[in-house]
Amino acid sequence: MNDNRTCFKNGIRDGMPIALGYFAVAFTLGIAARNAGFSALQAMIESMTNNASAGEYAVFSLVASGAGYWEVAIMTLVANARYLLMSTALSQKLAPETPLLHRMLVAYDVTDEIFGISIAVPGRLNPWYTYGAMAVAIPGWGLGTFFGVAAGNVLPLRLVSALSVGLYGMFLAIIVPPAKKNKVVLALVLLSFAASFLASRWALLAAVSSGVKTIVLTVVISLAAAILFPVKDETEAAK
Amino acid sequence: MNIWLYILVSAGVSYLIRATPLVLIRREITNRTIRSFLYYVPYVTLSVMTFPAIVEATQSPIAGMLALVAGAVLAWMGQSLFTVSVACCAVVLLSELILL
Repeated sequence: MNDNRTCFKNGIRDGMPIALGYFAVAFTLGIAARNAGFSALQAMIESMTNNASAGEYAVFSLVASGAGYWEVAIMTLVANARYLLMSTALSQKLAPETPLLHRMLVAYDVTDEIFGISIAVPGRLNPWYTYGAMAVAIPGWGLGTFFGVAAGNVLPLRLVSALSVGLYGMFLAIIVPPAKKNKVVLALVLLSFAASFLASRWALLAAVSSGVKTIVLTVVISLAAAILFPVKDETEAAK
Repeated sequence: MNIWLYILVSAGVSYLIRATPLVLIRREITNRTIRSFLYYVPYVTLSVMTFPAIVEATQSPIAGMLALVAGAVLAWMGQSLFTVSVACCAVVLLSELILL
């Protein structure tokens, strides 16, 4: 484990592309927030306390349709349930003796992207790495939402389109290198692509939210792989 | 209905989902199946979220497809997170300039 300062700096470095991508995505989210009657400040606070694209989008559309607090609570739970899995995986990535305060702070911004880079560091996760990424990603996310509400459609569509794939590029940088080394992971990546594609095209599942599809596919595929191809090496599983 | 209350409710639920496993699971899980499951979860979940979403995020699906291929090849060659990410954006920007 490196010293905290180095980890924090590395986190900022890896968090920069996330912050840029977040700004673009949050900008479009801000447009939805405005339609739901949120002020720029309210939308920014919503973003900086929720840190979830699909979850927030669900909240904004529910509020716009006049839903009650319970409906918002349940929808937030469903749309964000995948973070339960990610936090569980992260709980094993932290050193067992990591203090409660660090666990509570790391939990604040478990997003697809922050989780992705945190789980990809070699060995144990130093919480300061995650804090570094959070330090740039959370403002990017919040300011993007703020300007989405305040400035509407000033960012050219071309730029939004290009920036929106940045997040997926990051995911590729995380999943491809291990897939190159481990044939089971490679097969799982390809299988997951195929299954996710079929789920998105299958008319019967049209009404199911993408968050729920992500959870179901993740649990089914990972569980099957765990039973069929249990990880042998102790250290391999900790990586 | 008060917007601040909506913010409070959604923020509270979002945080509890994330904090519960991190706070409650303090010890190392020794069960081999659960360990294997948690080892595979990141790769599966990131893959599921990447495709077909990357193709649907762009104005032109072809641009998204090109970004996927470029990103996968660069990542295979061991390029950094930042390089792969920026390259994907550049591929979409350039190919949409030509395609659209």
